[in-house]
Amino acid sequence: MTSIAKPPVRHPSLRTNALGLTIRDYEGGMSTLCAGCGHDSVTAALVQAAWELALPPHRAAKMSGIGCSSKTTAYFMKQSHGFNSVHGRMPSVTTGAAAANRELTYIGISGDGDSLSIGLGQMAHAIRRNVNMLYVIDNNGVYGLTKGQFSASADIGSKSKRGEPNEQPPIDPVLMALAIGATFVARSFSGDKKQLVPILKAGLSHHGLALIDVISPCVTFNDHDGSTKSYRYTREHDLEVVQADYVPIVAEITLPDSESEVRTVQMHDGSAIRLRTTAPDYDPTDRASAVAHIRACQVRGEIATGLLFVDGESHDMHDRLKTPESALVDLPFSQLCPGAKALDSLMNRYR
Amino acid sequence: MNRVNDFAFKIGTVNGTGSASANGLLMRSIFRMGIPVTGKNIFPSNIQGLPTWYEIRVSKDGYAARPSDIDLVVAMNPATYAEDVATVRAGGYLLYDSSWPMPKELLREGITILGIPFGRMCVESFEGDRERTLLRNIAYAGALTALLGIDMAVVETLLEETYGKKPKLLAANHTAIRLGHDYAREHLPCPLPFHLEPMNATSDSILMDGNTACALGAIYAGATVGAWYPITPATSLMEAFGAFCEKYRVDKETGERRFAILQAEDELAAAGIVIGAGWAGARAFTNTSGPGISLMQEFIGLAYYTDIPAVFFDIQRCGPATGMPTRTQQADILSLAYASHGDTKHPILFPANPGEAFELAVAAFDLADRLQTPIFVATDLDIGMNDWMVKRLSWNDAYRPDRGKVLDADALDRIKKFSRYDDVDGDGIAARTLPGVGGKGAYFVRGSGHDKHAGYTENSAAYKEVVDRLLRKFAHAATIVPKPVFTLQDDAEIGLITIGGCDAAVREAADRLRKHDLAVDVMRIRAFPFGEEVREFIESHERVFVIEQNRDGQLRSLLAIELGVPRDEMIPILDYGGMPLTAKVVVDAVSSHLAGVPA
Ligand SMILES: Cc1ncc(C[n+]2csc(CCOP(=O)(O)OP(=O)(O)O)c2C)c(N)n1
Ligand code: SF4
Ligand SMILES: [Mg+2]
Repeated sequence: MTSIAKPPVRHPSLRTNALGLTIRDYEGGMSTLCAGCGHDSVTAALVQAAWELALPPHRAAKMSGIGCSSKTTAYFMKQSHGFNSVHGRMPSVTTGAAAANRELTYIGISGDGDSLSIGLGQMAHAIRRNVNMLYVIDNNGVYGLTKGQFSASADIGSKSKRGEPNEQPPIDPVLMALAIGATFVARSFSGDKKQLVPILKAGLSHHGLALIDVISPCVTFNDHDGSTKSYRYTREHDLEVVQADYVPIVAEITLPDSESEVRTVQMHDGSAIRLRTTAPDYDPTDRASAVAHIRACQVRGEIATGLLFVDGESHDMHDRLKTPESALVDLPFSQLCPGAKALDSLMNRYR
Repeated sequence: MNRVNDFAFKIGTVNGTGSASANGLLMRSIFRMGIPVTGKNIFPSNIQGLPTWYEIRVSKDGYAARPSDIDLVVAMNPATYAEDVATVRAGGYLLYDSSWPMPKELLREGITILGIPFGRMCVESFEGDRERTLLRNIAYAGALTALLGIDMAVVETLLEETYGKKPKLLAANHTAIRLGHDYAREHLPCPLPFHLEPMNATSDSILMDGNTACALGAIYAGATVGAWYPITPATSLMEAFGAFCEKYRVDKETGERRFAILQAEDELAAAGIVIGAGWAGARAFTNTSGPGISLMQEFIGLAYYTDIPAVFFDIQRCGPATGMPTRTQQADILSLAYASHGDTKHPILFPANPGEAFELAVAAFDLADRLQTPIFVATDLDIGMNDWMVKRLSWNDAYRPDRGKVLDADALDRIKKFSRYDDVDGDGIAARTLPGVGGKGAYFVRGSGHDKHAGYTENSAAYKEVVDRLLRKFAHAATIVPKPVFTLQDDAEIGLITIGGCDAAVREAADRLRKHDLAVDVMRIRAFPFGEEVREFIESHERVFVIEQNRDGQLRSLLAIELGVPRDEMIPILDYGGMPLTAKVVVDAVSSHLAGVPA
């Protein structure tokens, strides 16, 4: 654990984004996680993605549950409001906040314990509602904060630090999300920033819930030989099956002829993502195809990563609720209260 | 002896057979005749086939409590004949369906049995099982018009209003009413010695249930987010909110809907949604009952410790566990007051009837924003689901929501530093900002230990500063929540303390006791935390009774814990069998206590 304060030096040569902000403006408090914890790399990738997207920090809200992973919302975007709620319940708090104010960008950070054990129900129902949010699971196969018990994502045969193998089958958030209708599903690795940053950008631009399962090793409790969530195991078994490029709104989308197998998915906000798969028969805009391919990888012992599925036609919670374009919190009281006359005439119904 | 406009009758049927419309018709007819009336639906936790009753009390004096005696039972369900015969007070009447004979062994001395062959008449007059069953109910309503002197013109107007657009149904209902009416007229002693005569005592009143009233309160207070998980007896609150939203909150041109109702996956999620929405600046609420409150505990503590406004309607039912879901109780008082782990306490409002439920629902949203904390509105099944006669609800267009201390961008510009939990005003309430505001307004909500700047802490002093502020806020709450309602008599040495829906029965009991030359004062608690006037009432009475609907005397305990008054000096009157309280229970308990106490 470390809590040495970084000196707040502002490097004069730091580049600025479209808002004139440097990457430092997207940083948060000093991390208190173990040195080398995968979660810190996810934080760094998020900072990078938000900066590149020129997301106005004050228009974002950082949401989390409880766990080492959930703590990380304090370590980025200090100019954003943040809500570190209760264990496993980030999805419902975010659902409520998003219902009240749809204009903010919701960044939800969770852990495999937070989302796949105690919070499995809440995660599933946030997916079903298609709350417009980024939903990152920092997945390390253990409960880091309570010192290394197996979580529900631990693979059969994966060994604990003391050498005991896990015997229960894992819950794969990616397959589960696909099964219950998620509209954006990705998997990545905290050690692969090159892959993770574009996926985060695409996820932030998605209109609906973007679920990103990030294998994020716990150096203290689950990075030993015999663990299937260690840095080494993940590097050796990671197979990028879909490569995603994020194309910002301003860029014109032109596809070189040679890349006919590239699929372009237009995002709701005008940006686009270009998806390149390794297998010609894998269409990441087709749910069944995505499921089949991920399963096939699993059987071969490979961890399929990349932006595995995206639905360009996604309808989010507000589309279904038919709420106004602007936030409910901004509606004037006069549009909410029917007034004295209406009440008086209503009373005649109760006679 | 003829009794006019002062009696009660009870109808026993089988649930799922459509008797609700017949009973509603009777209630509303009496009400439209200008006579004060209340109805209590005593229904099973079941969809079809079990016994269900409806009690209607007519009271020229306006007593709204459940009747202490039943003058007439309409026994339409052979399965409950024995019980129904036993229910009739001595000298009363029982009306049954004589299409099938009543077993001799059920007959009782001292009551008059009246028979009408409803079943046979309906078979002769109508086609199809379903229609016959439904109209058999309307036929007993028809018989009661004759037996009790209900104005036929009023009944016909109501039928017209209900079925005007369905001429076939209207005609069938009309026929059924006549069948019952005419048969009773011809064969039975009409009207009975207790009956109705038109009055003019209901023109400024309505018949409404508390869940509808709470929903209207949420609409008028400007609530935009409602999250819930279905549970009896709370369900109809959100259903009513939804219906009012459809009526008042849908833009006619664009179809845009100015509300979000989220049926959550469980009560935990419902609480989380409300807290998330409250944090984001919406007026948000959930409606639930005891089991849901149990599930929400962790979240309630989070909102308490992080100063987030939220409104919880708890429509109490008989616990513990699933208990008796369709029976009433007031047994969540303590679990609401101290909901969640750690040191927590929460304001609770206790309406006595649907009229007050509307007012207090609106107040709850103002208090939640003002105090930045969960506010509970505790009603119960009796208030929530039964139709009560209350004054027409009214609204003052000058009302503006009290959004409490919220700093917008301009206000933030004017201050040097924003510290989320800094008690600048000394009332325990620190100003908040809403997400999205920018500038120096950003802060981090955490349920873990935090200092007054909302920063993480494990430092004792910094932690205590925050929880001590919450205690100051609670003390401040005691000065702004609704005060008790006092009904005082001259020089009374006895004080009756009660709460919520017991009000009607307790005030009726007070009147009866007075008739027996016993003066009593009544204090009806309307909110927790208690103000000083509550202590003064207790201390200024020789003997104090606490009347409530739970086994353990929860209100009494809460008074003792919070005010330091000696618990055992307050005499408990506890009625917790699941039925609304009657004046008789109170009168008997007070009288027998006084009789047994040496002078
Ligand atoms: C209701 C409740 N039960 C238990 C805990 C204890 N607890 C804190 S974090 C945690 C597990 C976190 O695991 P995960 O989400 O995988 O996060 P990680 O620390 O591995 O990043 C548990 C069980 C809690 N905070 N709340
Ligand atoms: S215990 Fe594991 S998950 Fe937690 S901070 Fe340390 S390395 Fe990261
Ligand atoms: Mg974990």
